[in-house]
Amino acid sequence: MKQDIYEILSNEQIAPSVFKMLLSGDTSPITAPGQFVNIKIPEFYLRRPISICDRDDKTLTIIYKVVGGGTEVLSRMKKGEKLDLLISLGNGFDTKPSGDRPLLIGGGVGVPPLYGLCKKLIGEGKAVSVILGFNNKAEIFYEKEFRDLGAFVAVTTVDGSYGLKGFVTDAIKNADYTYFYTCGPKPMFKAVNSVAKTSGQFSFEERMGCGTGACMGCTCKTKNGPKRICTGGPVLVREEIEW
Amino acid sequence: MVDTSVKLCGIMLDNPVIPASGTFGFGYEFTRFYDINVLGSISLKGTTKEPRFGNPTPRIAECPSGLLNAVGLQNPGAQAVLNNELKTLKRVYKKPVMANVSGFSVDDYVSTVEMLTGDEGIGWFEINISCPNVHGGGLAFGTSAEGAAKITKAVRKATDKPIIIKLSPNVTDIAEIAKACEAEGADGVSLINTLLGMRIDLKTKKPLLANKTGGLSGPAVKPVAVRMVYQVYEAVKIPIIGMGGISSAEDVIEFMLAGAVATQVGAANLVEPCACKRIIDELPAVMQKYGIKKLSEITGGAHNG
Repeated sequence: MKQDIYEILSNEQIAPSVFKMLLSGDTSPITAPGQFVNIKIPEFYLRRPISICDRDDKTLTIIYKVVGGGTEVLSRMKKGEKLDLLISLGNGFDTKPSGDRPLLIGGGVGVPPLYGLCKKLIGEGKAVSVILGFNNKAEIFYEKEFRDLGAFVAVTTVDGSYGLKGFVTDAIKNADYTYFYTCGPKPMFKAVNSVAKTSGQFSFEERMGCGTGACMGCTCKTKNGPKRICTGGPVLVREEIEW
Repeated sequence: MVDTSVKLCGIMLDNPVIPASGTFGFGYEFTRFYDINVLGSISLKGTTKEPRFGNPTPRIAECPSGLLNAVGLQNPGAQAVLNNELKTLKRVYKKPVMANVSGFSVDDYVSTVEMLTGDEGIGWFEINISCPNVHGGGLAFGTSAEGAAKITKAVRKATDKPIIIKLSPNVTDIAEIAKACEAEGADGVSLINTLLGMRIDLKTKKPLLANKTGGLSGPAVKPVAVRMVYQVYEAVKIPIIGMGGISSAEDVIEFMLAGAVATQVGAANLVEPCACKRIIDELPAVMQKYGIKKLSEITGGAHNG
């Protein structure tokens, strides 16, 4: 975990209100896919936690949705501008229990951290299936990127404008998998939990004060006692979650 | 060479910079960022007799130059603090710490202090009678001179260690409350706790915080805090710990000129984990800039003449 300055290499819109930003700087503190960065945004007091989508030795990719004033400012930042990041926060996904056929389930802007996870699992020789759920065709992003990694990809849209009509759960029912990983909105988590046949990991989102465990702003109840989403999470295993 | 040391209720501090309760956990987790032994002391996470989960989320909301929090005193309870947190901290921090205690009744405060007072690592008790985020306790005592006096008197009998009463700014006359604490044997006062506030989400048309209201902290509250430290300094003789939006060495000096002998840094720790270390590093140069050789001599300097 460290605080450092990163330079924006690109910042482009890839779907309505959804932006992809490439940053250069030290990525060595990152230890697992599913970790996040906490970004100081000019003129805002608190940092904004955003999951890491992908990384190499010198760059990292984040994908974020404009949901308020902070992300709005972020979306207007240009190549060459610099950002103050707290990097490699949270536990991230654990690939050890994945088995040989893990299933990745992403909903909307919950999709990005699953990309880094997919890359790692495929690197470990796993046969990865991915279900990406969106509201409609226009909102879809990263379908091709997951396919290019070598994953089997299914897309669902609520309105049926692309792929399978319905929710991610409609695709999970037909899937054959040894373990699952998911990131997305809470209603989707509940639906996934109700149909999933194996153990799995859920990556949660919460409003945070610090992102480093200091303020207790993001605590949730688990079967193992209170956990801070920023340090005990954001990834929780299915068996410990209190629904 | 400048001298940054100060004395707080008979105990020397290397410098007047103390992370504020609730913004620094139990301290040891910050060793990931820097050697916490540079700190003057540490005010620990508010501790209650029994474990508390705190309020539902969202507990945090952004504000201009600050934030609202409604954590609600989440802590593992006094016994776990004694058995686990203080022991873990002792391995990485070698100076006296400030145990911050909250409660819902006079008995709660007294029994928590009694449970902790034997721990030799604790240098002071900071008695929080000003948390705005729990119902039926804390703040109820802190908003009247009578309530503050009652807690001070009871806690005074429970420990020989210095007790510092943490005061609420959500009152008409903070000086009157400070005087009541002094009269009942408080060794010091710390101020200010957070200012009660609210934000409303335009999308949902509901308060942003699950608790509806929360405490405002950060640079936004600094002028209010400086004014209150100034007023309390004129009213009492016991030492004051000043806090409210401190983010720089200049801020530390400003609070000391208003009347503080030491300071706490709160919200800044949340956005910049190394904030306290940076402020301590900056102090000597800022002291030199303003012609200050011995920091302890400037307390109350704004009142002269």
